[in-house]
Amino acid sequence: MEPVKVDEIIDKYPAQSSVLIQLLLDIQGEFSWIPREAIQCVSERLNIPLSQIYRVASFYKAMSLTPRGRHVVNVCLGTACHVRGATRIIDKVEDSLGIKTGETTEDMQFTLQRVNCLGCCALGPVMLVDKDYHGKMTPAKVAAVLKDYD
Amino acid sequence: MARVNSPKELEGLRQQILSERDPNKPCIAICAGIGCLACGAAKVVTVFKQEVEKQGLKLDVDIKETGCPGFCERGPIVVIYPEEICYLQVQPEDVPEIISQTIKEKKVIDRLLYIDPTTGEKSTYESEIPFYKNQHRLLIGQNIKIDPRSIDDYIALGGYKALAKALCAMTPEQVMEEVDKANLRGRGGGGFPAGAKWKTTRDAPGEPKYVIVNADEGDPGAFMDRSLLEGNPHSVIEGLVIGAYAIGSHEGFVYVRQEYPLAVENINIAIKQAGEYGLLGKNILGSGFDFVIDVHRGAGAFVSGESSALMTAIEGRVGEPRPKYIRTAVSGVWDKPSNLNNVETWANVPLIIDRGADWFRSIGTEGSKGTKIFSLVGKVNNTGLVEVPMGVTLRSIIYDIGGGIPGGKKFKAVQTGGPSGGMIPEQYLDASVDFDELTKLDSMMGSGGMIVMDEDTCVVDVARYFIDFLCDESCGKCVPCREGLKHMREILNDIVGGRGKQGDIELLEGLSRVMKKASLCALGQTAPNPVLTTINYFRDEYEAHIEEKRCPALVCKELISYHIDPDKCKACMICGRECPVSAISGGKGLIHIIDQEKCTRCGTCFDVCPTRFRAVKKISGEPVPAPVPEAERVLVRGNK
Repeated sequence: MEPVKVDEIIDKYPAQSSVLIQLLLDIQGEFSWIPREAIQCVSERLNIPLSQIYRVASFYKAMSLTPRGRHVVNVCLGTACHVRGATRIIDKVEDSLGIKTGETTEDMQFTLQRVNCLGCCALGPVMLVDKDYHGKMTPAKVAAVLKDYD
Repeated sequence: MARVNSPKELEGLRQQILSERDPNKPCIAICAGIGCLACGAAKVVTVFKQEVEKQGLKLDVDIKETGCPGFCERGPIVVIYPEEICYLQVQPEDVPEIISQTIKEKKVIDRLLYIDPTTGEKSTYESEIPFYKNQHRLLIGQNIKIDPRSIDDYIALGGYKALAKALCAMTPEQVMEEVDKANLRGRGGGGFPAGAKWKTTRDAPGEPKYVIVNADEGDPGAFMDRSLLEGNPHSVIEGLVIGAYAIGSHEGFVYVRQEYPLAVENINIAIKQAGEYGLLGKNILGSGFDFVIDVHRGAGAFVSGESSALMTAIEGRVGEPRPKYIRTAVSGVWDKPSNLNNVETWANVPLIIDRGADWFRSIGTEGSKGTKIFSLVGKVNNTGLVEVPMGVTLRSIIYDIGGGIPGGKKFKAVQTGGPSGGMIPEQYLDASVDFDELTKLDSMMGSGGMIVMDEDTCVVDVARYFIDFLCDESCGKCVPCREGLKHMREILNDIVGGRGKQGDIELLEGLSRVMKKASLCALGQTAPNPVLTTINYFRDEYEAHIEEKRCPALVCKELISYHIDPDKCKACMICGRECPVSAISGGKGLIHIIDQEKCTRCGTCFDVCPTRFRAVKKISGEPVPAPVPEAERVLVRGNK
């Protein structure tokens, strides 16, 4: 983690506690997780207790307190995807990567997450790898999609 | 950009934009909403740009990346102006032909048109396609005409005219009166009259007052707000400023979930552009009214879409709800009066001001005025966004617009209102859709999610899905919701797992009663609805799971088995190769058999067995037939 980056992010916002969630989202976006050092830095500069920052960071799904893989696989489990068989997609991804949902592969290549709705309901089941949307997924297509990111 | 200082200057700007545009110049509009992007629209745009240059037409053709027109099922969608020819499922390889044939030769390419699956009839124009023809698209109809990153596109179509009228020709009271008279009700699901809410905030003691756009569209299976914010962000901004003027607020927030990155981007661009024209900031249009907007991203919490929770999130704290003895309209962000409305509600405001409350009241039913956007998804032919007048029947939406159920399957239920709504069975398909009618069926219209389910959907499994979802999303602050959901999840997991017992249904009903009465916020109060409606309308399916250990829809993994019909198996070895746990034995010429001990019921064999054989069978509630004896396994070619 480069502390300079954290400072740059903090400098973008006015120094008030209301910016905390936006700040943490930016840190998450920059490092793909929220390192302890970043939290300490935010705490000191904005004068917010560590406990309060951890409370926010552990409440929201978009924030991760552990390092994530180089590629983040999000399988949508919204209702539309669910009725079109999304659970089978996530089973297949778990199987292919050898990890459970929420975990990261040992080589730090992939993190697997479930997301409650990506809003591409018409194309369900949908799987998002980093910023690429893969619509109308089937268990058979999973391996081919993941291979592109290996 | 020059600042616009009066309604007259705004009209002048509009005329100037129009005069610089040749209405006869060909324009290729490509949907760049997330749905079409997921189907490869970005590539299509790039190829169009390259091809136009290659064919020497760079200066003669405009290429526009627009918002989502709704027909996501057939993306990427391309509309060619001025003729308004609508091409569906356009792939990069179709692009050279579109340029050389349609743009240059003015010829329509038949294979890219919509073809009615029943009549075989082709539709050249958007307005002829049944999916669009039966809609009334006041809000999303303009999406395909607008580049959401161009304020000029919005102004060219009369955008910000309503704002000019409100600020410079009406008093705040008159604006309030008009919205009140229109009986605009909250599109987020509550259905509370916007006019009454606005009045409460205006009259509440305390300054400053805040106005908020709720774009934390959390209902899984719903994406109406996303398409508005992504596709036509200025309509939301215009509505918000008008509302702020009526209420007397000078600061607003857009709270948008970070799972919608394109919406976040587009609303930020729109706010910046509006500021440059002076349509936001100080002394808007010379009226003396000041207003600014701040964008807050939600960080992935369903409960934060609840008004009091959303407001604490804006303050930078954990987005949890509080008891609302005092409404947020009176005491919201930093304990100041705060008026929150949904994206779609705000987008309706400019229409009401521009065309008048009487016009708005002429659309819809007695108690619910205007149109409503639904996300029609699940097991239906034409999935996508649908905008219809309030009062249209479910049948009309699912069959006339949605084109019915795919694969000749039978309709089973439609789920409305998201996790707070319920499942409506076939006998109520003729119910009209508005705020009051669906509530009578123990469901609700909600924010507009409409998930269609066919006979292959297990309603018990779907009820469990919603409870599971809510269990994860419950903030845990109040006991009835936190513990009630957890225990409902356990009971439902037992039922779908074949461990259900007598009394489970009654226990679910009892838990539901307590949660409805005692939960702190709407999440817990409405959480039992999917369970209660399914028990009410599909009790026999619960009983089949509990008493016969049978899943009638053949969905629940623990209650189904796969086996291979020896009379149909052609020993092609495909299933054996694909089985992830190597549970299928058999070789070339040897009828395949599934080892029931090893089988994980993943369904891969069922999927991959060629449709001309259909040898893999799925059963529930009956014993698996004994495997074919070894002696009879050899397949004699030509014999079977």
